[in-house]
Amino acid sequence: MSAVLQSLVNQPYKHGFVTEIESDIAPKGLNEDTIRLISAKKNEPEWLLSFRLKAYQKWLTMTEPEWQNVHYPKIDFQAISYYSAPKPKKKLASMDEVDPELLRTFEKLGVPMHERAALAGVAVDVIFDSVSVATTYKQKLAEVGIIFCSISEAVHTHPELIQKYLGTVVPVGDNYFAALNSAVFTDGSFCFIPKGVKCPMDLSTYFRINTEGSGQFERTLIIAEEDAAVSYLEGCTAPRFDTNQLHAAVVELVALDNADIKYSTVQNWYAGDENGIGGIYNFVTKRGLAKGKNSRISWTQVETGSAITWKYPSCILRGDNSVGEFYSVAVTNNYQQADTGTKMIHLGKNTRSTIVSKGISAGHSNSSYRGLVRIAPTAESARNYSQCDSMLIGDQCGAHTFPYIQVHNNSAIVEHEASTSKIGEDQLFYFSQRGIDAEEAVSMIINGFCKDVFQQLPMEFAVEATKLLSFKLEGSVG
Amino acid sequence: MIVKNSKTLLSVEGLRASINGTEILKGIDLTVKSGEIHAIMGLNGSGKSTLAKVLAGHSAYEITGGTVRFEDKDLLELAPEDRARAGLFLAFQYPIEIPGVANTQFLRLAYNTIQAQRGKDELDPLEFDDFVREKMKLLDMNPDFLDRSVNEGFSGGEKKRNEILQMALLEPKLSILDEMDSGLDIDALKTVANGVNQIANKDNATILVTHYQRLLDYVVPDFVHIIQSGSIVMTGGKELALELETRGYDWVTANKQSIAGAVA
Ligand SMILES: Nc1ncnc2c1ncn2[C@@H]1O[C@H](COP(=O)(O)OP(=O)(O)OP(=O)(O)O)[C@@H](O)[C@H]1O
Ligand SMILES: [Mg+2]
Repeated sequence: MSAVLQSLVNQPYKHGFVTEIESDIAPKGLNEDTIRLISAKKNEPEWLLSFRLKAYQKWLTMTEPEWQNVHYPKIDFQAISYYSAPKPKKKLASMDEVDPELLRTFEKLGVPMHERAALAGVAVDVIFDSVSVATTYKQKLAEVGIIFCSISEAVHTHPELIQKYLGTVVPVGDNYFAALNSAVFTDGSFCFIPKGVKCPMDLSTYFRINTEGSGQFERTLIIAEEDAAVSYLEGCTAPRFDTNQLHAAVVELVALDNADIKYSTVQNWYAGDENGIGGIYNFVTKRGLAKGKNSRISWTQVETGSAITWKYPSCILRGDNSVGEFYSVAVTNNYQQADTGTKMIHLGKNTRSTIVSKGISAGHSNSSYRGLVRIAPTAESARNYSQCDSMLIGDQCGAHTFPYIQVHNNSAIVEHEASTSKIGEDQLFYFSQRGIDAEEAVSMIINGFCKDVFQQLPMEFAVEATKLLSFKLEGSVG
Repeated sequence: MIVKNSKTLLSVEGLRASINGTEILKGIDLTVKSGEIHAIMGLNGSGKSTLAKVLAGHSAYEITGGTVRFEDKDLLELAPEDRARAGLFLAFQYPIEIPGVANTQFLRLAYNTIQAQRGKDELDPLEFDDFVREKMKLLDMNPDFLDRSVNEGFSGGEKKRNEILQMALLEPKLSILDEMDSGLDIDALKTVANGVNQIANKDNATILVTHYQRLLDYVVPDFVHIIQSGSIVMTGGKELALELETRGYDWVTANKQSIAGAVA
C-alpha cells in the first residue's frame, strides 16, 4: 500500500491527558486484606464480603487463560492497586457540586454532561475511576419505578435485588478475569426495569480510567422484568499512559418473560502509541441471560481502543422463543490486538440468534473473531445466522476467524458466512479521480462496511461511532 | 469542434512513464485545446490506458521524463484528487467496484467536492436526488442504480453508463473516456454518445480512447491519434480512423514516418 494508507491511522490520541483530582488509592497488591479493605471502604454488608472472598479463593486456584490469539507480557497482579476513588468532599446533590476539574475533563472528552443529558434525553451515570460521582435524571426514572444508580449504592438501597441476581449470569468462578472482578470490583452501574415498564430514554454510562497503575474492575447488572424494555449505552475513553492498565469488567444482564435489553458499547480506550507502547488491556466478561420466554438480549459494540481486547458478549437463550443478537465492529490499528466475538447458547425451543461481526485491521494489528454457537439437545427448532466479515487496510495486518459450531439437535438451522476484503489502491484511485481524498474514501468504504452494525446503534451513538472510526483510521491509508 | 482563439487545456511533451521498471510510455506529445474532441486508437497493450491513468495521477506509474501542463498548472505536481478538482476526468476502461458504498452517496460526495472547489453550492441528499435523476434520464439509466453499491454487480455496459453519468454530473474541463464504447449495445452506444455530445462545448475538451470507428460516427473527432508501443506515431483528422479501419495497423507501421511527417 502506498504512502497514503500509511499516513491516515496515526493521529495522536485525542483523549490523552490526566485529570488532577485527589485520589484515594489502596496500596498495591492483592490478598484477603485488600478485599476486606475495599469492602470496608464501601461499607458493605457481610454477604457481599463473603461473595468477594469466595471469588478470591476461586481465583487463586485458576490460571490466566492463554488460548486467545493475543500476546502480552505476564501481568503482575501484585503490582496493581485495586482501589482508587476520587475523595468526595461531601455527598453530591446536583451537577453543580461536581468537581469542576472533572467537568473540564468531560468537556475535553466531548461529553458536556448536563447538556448532553438534557439535550439528548440521556441519563448519564458517570463513572470516574471506580466511584460514581454524579447521577442525573434519576428522579424522572424513579417516577416509573426504574432504578438506575451505582452498584455500590444499590447494595445499600436494594440489597435484595443485588443478592438475588449478582453472580447468577456470570458465576464467581466463571473465568480467571471474572473471578478477579468478583473479588475486587469497586463500582459500576445497576439498572432495574420493573414489570411492564419500557424505559423512556436510553440509559448511558461513560467510563473513564484515570489513575495510572490502578486496575479497573467495573461491575454492571441490568435486570428487565416481565414485559420491560431498556436500551443501555456504554462509552469509554481513557487518558494516555505508558504503563499498561488492566481492565476486567463484568456485565450481567437478565431478561424475564417478553423483556428486551439492548446493550450498546462504543469503546475507545487508549490503545498504545504507534509503536505499541502503553494502552489498556481490556479483558471483559459480558453475558446476558434471556431467561424468560420471548425475551431478547441484543449486544452492539464498536470496539476501537485498547492495546488488547478480549471480549465475548454472550447470550444464554433459556426461555422458549428467546432471541439473542450480537452486532460488532472491531477496529485495530498499529500494534493493537483484538480477540472478540460472542457465544450464543441455545437452550430453549425456537430460540433464534444473529451474529454480525465486522473486523477492520490496519497497521501491524491483528484481529480475531471467535464465536461459539451451541444448540443444546433441548433447543428444538433453534436457528442461528452468523456473518463475519474482515477488512484489511495495508498488508502488515491480519484477520482471523474462529467459528465454533456445536449442534446437538437435528432440527436446528445454523448458517455461517464469512468474507475478507481489502481496501485496494485501485479503489482509492477511483475515489481520488472523482476529487475525493483518501481519508474520506476510507471513511466512506468503512462506513459502508459497518452499515449493518451502525444501524443497530441509537442515533447519536451511531454518529459518534462513525466519527470515531474515521479518526482511528486516519493516517492508515496512503 | 475546432474553435478560433481557443486556449490550450492540455499540453503533453515527451512524456515517459514506467511501471515496475518497464517503460510503457516512451515520449508522448499531445496538445488538446478547448472545444476539441480527440480520438486515440491503437493495438491492445500499446499504452492507451496507461496514458489515461498517468494523466489522472495513478501512483503505480513512475514518470521518467517529459512535462504535462493542464491550463496554467504543472499537472504532474498535483495529487490525483487535485487533478480531478482542477477539471480532469477519467472514465475508466474497467470501473472499480466499491461494495457497501451506495452509488448515490458516492456520486453526491464527488459532486459536492467539485462544487465546493468551484465555490458553488453543495446539494443536500434530497436536492441531489432530484438533480441526479434528471441526469440519469439523459442517459436512459434506471434510478435503481442509485441505491446499489458503486458498480457492484453492474453489467459491463451499466458500469460504462455510470461513468458517463459521473462525467455529466461533474462537468469536467477535460474528459478522457477510456473505451466507453466497449461492452455497450448499439442503442446504448447512441444514448451514451448523445450524452457526450451534449456535454461537449467550446470550453471543454474530450479524449476518446477507442478501438472502433463506429463510436466516431456518433462522436465525431477533430483529431485522431494512433499510438504504438508507447508513442503517438500518426495524427490525422476523422478520416484517419476510416483509413485505419480499412487498412489495419500494419499499414500504420509501414507508413508512420511519412504520414506523421505529412501531418506535422
Ligand atoms: N504492472 C505491470 N507490469 C508490467 N507491465 C505492465 C503492468 N501494467 C501494465 N503493463 C503493460 O503495459 C502495456 C500497456 O497497457 P495499457 O493498459 O496501457 O494498454 P492499452 O493500450 O490500454 O490496451 P487495451 O487496448 O487492451 O486496453 C501492456 O503491455 C501491459 O501489459
Ligand atoms: Mg486500455
